[in-house]
Amino acid sequence: MAVRTDTQLLNPAQPRQIGGRVSWAWVGIVPFALFIAAFLLYPAVSIITQSVQDEQRHITFGNLANLGDPFIRSSYLYTFELSAVTAILGGLLGCLMAYAVTVGAVPQPVRSGLLSFSGVASNFAGIPLAFAFIATLGNLGVVNALLGNFGLNLRMLGFNLYTFWGLALTYIYFQIPLMVLVMVPTFDGLRREWLEAAESLGATPAQYWRHIGVPVLLPSVLGGVVLLFGNAFGAHATAFALTGGGGGTRVVTILIGAQLSGDAQINPGLGNAMAVGMIGVMVLTIVPYILLQRRAERWTRR
Amino acid sequence: MRRRLWSWVWLAVGAMYFVIPLGATLQFSLQAKRGEMGFTAYRAAFASPRFVESFGFSLRVAAATILASVLLIVPTAYWVQLRLPRLRPLIEFCTLLPFVVPAVVLVFGLIRSYNRTPLTNSSEGLAVLLVGSYVVLSLPYMYRSVDNGLRAINVATLTEAAQSLGAGWGMILRAVIFPNVFVAILSGAFVTFAIVMGEFTIAFLLAQPGFGPYMNQVSSSKVYEPSALAVVSFALTWASIALLQIVGRRVSGPRLSGGGR
Amino acid sequence: MAFLELAGISKQFGTTVAVAEYDLAIEQGAFVSFLGPSGCGKTTTLRMIAGFEQPTTGTIRLDGRDITRQPTNRRNMGVVFQSYALFPNMTVAQNIAFGLQLRKVSRQDRARRVAELLALIGLPEMGGRYPHQLSGGQQQRVALARALAIAPQVLLLDEPLSALDAKIRVSLRNEIRTIQRKLGITTIYVTHDQEEALSLSDRVVVMNAGRVEQVGTPLEIYNTPQTAFVAAFVGTLNVLHATVHDPAAGSVMVAERELTGITAVRTKQRGDAVTITVRPEAIAITSADAANHLRVTVEEVTFLGAIIRVRVRACGQALSFDMLNRPGIVLPTIAESLALAIPGDACIVVEPAAGEIRMPSLATQVQAAAPVG
Repeated sequence: MAVRTDTQLLNPAQPRQIGGRVSWAWVGIVPFALFIAAFLLYPAVSIITQSVQDEQRHITFGNLANLGDPFIRSSYLYTFELSAVTAILGGLLGCLMAYAVTVGAVPQPVRSGLLSFSGVASNFAGIPLAFAFIATLGNLGVVNALLGNFGLNLRMLGFNLYTFWGLALTYIYFQIPLMVLVMVPTFDGLRREWLEAAESLGATPAQYWRHIGVPVLLPSVLGGVVLLFGNAFGAHATAFALTGGGGGTRVVTILIGAQLSGDAQINPGLGNAMAVGMIGVMVLTIVPYILLQRRAERWTRR
Repeated sequence: MRRRLWSWVWLAVGAMYFVIPLGATLQFSLQAKRGEMGFTAYRAAFASPRFVESFGFSLRVAAATILASVLLIVPTAYWVQLRLPRLRPLIEFCTLLPFVVPAVVLVFGLIRSYNRTPLTNSSEGLAVLLVGSYVVLSLPYMYRSVDNGLRAINVATLTEAAQSLGAGWGMILRAVIFPNVFVAILSGAFVTFAIVMGEFTIAFLLAQPGFGPYMNQVSSSKVYEPSALAVVSFALTWASIALLQIVGRRVSGPRLSGGGR
Repeated sequence: MAFLELAGISKQFGTTVAVAEYDLAIEQGAFVSFLGPSGCGKTTTLRMIAGFEQPTTGTIRLDGRDITRQPTNRRNMGVVFQSYALFPNMTVAQNIAFGLQLRKVSRQDRARRVAELLALIGLPEMGGRYPHQLSGGQQQRVALARALAIAPQVLLLDEPLSALDAKIRVSLRNEIRTIQRKLGITTIYVTHDQEEALSLSDRVVVMNAGRVEQVGTPLEIYNTPQTAFVAAFVGTLNVLHATVHDPAAGSVMVAERELTGITAVRTKQRGDAVTITVRPEAIAITSADAANHLRVTVEEVTFLGAIIRVRVRACGQALSFDMLNRPGIVLPTIAESLALAIPGDACIVVEPAAGEIRMPSLATQVQAAAPVG
């Protein structure tokens, strides 16, 4: 057999059986590859290359140095804080709700209801969500009207929808459902036999959670929080509606958008640099997420 | 049991968080006429010609996106499962890319890369970029859905059976594969629809007359209509997802929301 | 007094009776199998003994103490599950040591015990591996070691081999029995596989639809089944419809021939209809002039290697019997006429339970499970 194949290789007139099949199969993937290349890879790569070039196409790191600008730096910090806070708070409440409908043994209709709602709410972000919160917590909103009956308003109580915490509260609205969607399958994956096996070996429920339950859940929880972080970091529309989209806001996505829509002083290099910075942050987010997911899957596979 | 009690507590807290803004928006939207609750805001919103224009535009874009998505993804997913199973991890990675390149960065890249090409100089070109971006945005969900649908039917065996009966590739795709993954496609389509109808960032930055940018415009001039539109938008999203769940297939793994955030 | 006693034990879920009331006494060191089809109540019984379920009525006594209300984590019983249930976040060694860790055993003692058990189950090098890196058979061995580590008074195995390949099942079940004999632990083994139950146990409890059908040694269960269900479920069975001919001589008419020596019909009247069951291995080809035989026509001959299974028909009634493969054997041919000897003492008379029409369904069940088809 081996000799035959060698002869085939040496003899160009003979069509290479195996080689022919493989190369034909790759053709099938071309449309998809072209699409990804045109609409994802090319823009992403060109952002990266342009960030180290100046107007004359010479290599320069001046643009990236712009990232050191205090305003830019504080914007990254601000967005980072916003994402972290909403990821942790949203993650916590999402986890608790997921626990409630799985291990917590509430009736099945409640579970279906929560899952349905989460599917909707995690997609109900952006402009309409911002409007909803403005109608609730804005200056003319329902809560203020209610408080007005007692001679109070939100400003007096120290809350302003158009600041950090207003933004955070709005973000959390779509963070919680996302966490629920991540954690419900994970909680379901906690096999009942583990609890029974642990009990038969002498463990109390608390010991079970400490030695088995929590460690098994942890990768998924962390992965979920990381996912939520990335989700918040990349959000644009919600912040835009709540902040007016001006270049003075300290949300990084708004700043990048402002470069395009002309709402800020156009500095092409800066926009590029910020976009690169953003890609960098997202990559640093998705790598731990993938690793944590893989770990979680390995443990709950069987 | 104590466990039960705490479960209800957390659910109640969450429910309040979810319901209050929705309820408040609804109430706010009905307050347009001083002193009475009515649908004035809604009537004004629907009557506006720009509403009809932008809504129609987004509908057409959604249809185009779904069509392009299906035509691109279904054959690819089929082919990968059939002939190139080793590429699956790579393709799955590609479906995570839209997460790494958020909407703003995507538009930024597209505009800068295709600057001075017809793509950015004409409204048709921009519309193409818009549809393309939306296909990217819905890629994770659409691909996962179709992939799972294909895995549920034994693709290789069905193909061999069809081939042994004399079918060519086109026939196989049309008569054997598509009908069987129809439900999965429908799932993906509903989510894509919800995403496109609510999307703002890309449409705005590409200066396209979509429903998202229209909603934003309204907020700068009207008080009550924005919340009416928010209610409409929520109802639309709810309807899409409800239809999706009636249609049934559940996609495994976390749902990466593609919606404009 | 027996080591483990179940007295008047039953379990009801709402209106469904999962286990109907019964008593059982198990001696120390015995290997007892609960055998039956899915849903017969065997797993529910095991779960009641383990403490995962509370019995609706009755008590469980272990070594004289009433443990019915005792929570699971105090009972000191080792449990092995069908799905292994190894803790995925712990290594093999940590899994095995878990029970010891909870009992605050010192680290050196834990390590020593883990090494002992790993040697016992034949996986001395696997301590550092994680469950997902092991095969099914290996995982189950680790589960067994984990259960044994706490030196339990009772070992409970819930269909431990059902998820494994056939070949591993045979080798592993022998290992389990060897280990059990060596350690002398009272063991309860739940299975739906009669081969497992018969080959491993000191005693077998056959259950069906929540009721205990028979308790006995494997030999008793097989050779002297007491109910139609046990006769049909354990081993294969031929069913013949006969009429009583001479009660005093214990003879019946089957397929126009007389069979004698069936003592069970002595209490009946001439002309009564009875159902006779006979194991295939009790039937043999004989010469036409011998007494006590049936005239049959061969329908199918199936060669199974060590045995040959022959299906025959006698006046519309189907039978099958086995022939041992011997050198020089001459196989029967299809449509050949044969005489089959059916010893009277190998015939089991089966009564349908009062009010139940079990016989026709028994016949179809047996036909379906019958050798060859």
